[in-house]
Amino acid sequence: MRIGLVVLALLAAFSAVPVALAGAGPDPAADIKAFQGHFRTELPAIPLAAYVNGPYNFPGSGRAQWKQITEFPPYSFAIDSGKVLFETKFPNGKTYTSCFSEGGIGIAGNYPMFDPKTGRVVTLGVAINRCRVANGLKKWPLTKGKMADLVAYMTVTSRGRPIDVVVPNDPRALAAYEAGKEYFYSRRGQLNFSCASCHVQAAGKRLRGNVLAPALGITASFPLYRSKWGSIGTLVRRFIGCNKKVGSVPDKPDSAAYRDLAYFLTAMSNGLPIAGPGSRP
Amino acid sequence: MKARAVIAGLFLLAPPLALGATPQDIAAGKKIAETTALGNCDACHVFRGAVQAGNVGPELKNMKVLMPSRKQFFAIVYDEEARNPSTLMPPFGKNRILTPKQINEVIDFLYTK
Repeated sequence: MRIGLVVLALLAAFSAVPVALAGAGPDPAADIKAFQGHFRTELPAIPLAAYVNGPYNFPGSGRAQWKQITEFPPYSFAIDSGKVLFETKFPNGKTYTSCFSEGGIGIAGNYPMFDPKTGRVVTLGVAINRCRVANGLKKWPLTKGKMADLVAYMTVTSRGRPIDVVVPNDPRALAAYEAGKEYFYSRRGQLNFSCASCHVQAAGKRLRGNVLAPALGITASFPLYRSKWGSIGTLVRRFIGCNKKVGSVPDKPDSAAYRDLAYFLTAMSNGLPIAGPGSRP
Repeated sequence: MKARAVIAGLFLLAPPLALGATPQDIAAGKKIAETTALGNCDACHVFRGAVQAGNVGPELKNMKVLMPSRKQFFAIVYDEEARNPSTLMPPFGKNRILTPKQINEVIDFLYTK
């Protein structure tokens, strides 16, 4: 009886999970195919690249207002400030260009990135902080402020380029990817929602007045100017907000949990164009 | 005699009232259903009178017909995951979001829908 229930639960859980059941171990390529395939089957009217526009693919999302907003976007100040930060010399005379491939231009789609030296996932924000520390400066908070401005600038130089998150065949990278996947599908908090509950199962539905963005493409428009925030914030700022919303204790902004979650979630959108910074309600 | 008259009067005013539910119960249920920090039912469900309701869950109407068993109704609000592992319904009873009394009041209210 008990085993029967568990089997039933597993069957039901997997029927709602659009990720391939890997045979031997993590198989990111198969997962990406299944994940993107799920949305293309469920919501065939939305072109793949349009998923980066999240809720605006659905009625009742204020698409017309959003189009107007993009004429003079609320994140333009963040981009300007980010450009200044990007070009300002460190006390040692170097700049951020010294820490990134391609001088830091057009590379946002390669993050989060697995770092074989430390065996950890590095988001663009974490990479910026590493660069700061390597050049004798203090870390910035990863959620907003100057960090979000600099990420906004580096992201805008990457607009239109495809997301290309690489999960190398390294057991530590695969473990991080798998941990992120598990986080995404695990229920948490008093409300008992997983990320997938809202952004896969209920994607495009309305939660009160807000349309729930599909998980596919959801990372592409970060950092985001949210009217609710009244400022620009990074993906990790949104993770913290989501966790609080479901009645769960958020993880630390630079935690392995959030890095791995960003790694899995961004990899699911591989091939979609970078669209950030974006604006959302 | 007097109580019977009151009950008969209530049925005249609002025929779908649940047996035993007082107007106070129903009013309390309405408040819980429409308060974000409590039931927040209208975040996901449309029901008559709800303002800016969501559509994640099914519309709540004809509840007497849809959910004739109060026991089952209670179980769904208490912990629907026990019956349907992939449900999006939060376990209001199991996770102590609402007390059993509050769940009963919400049910009283929704039986008027």
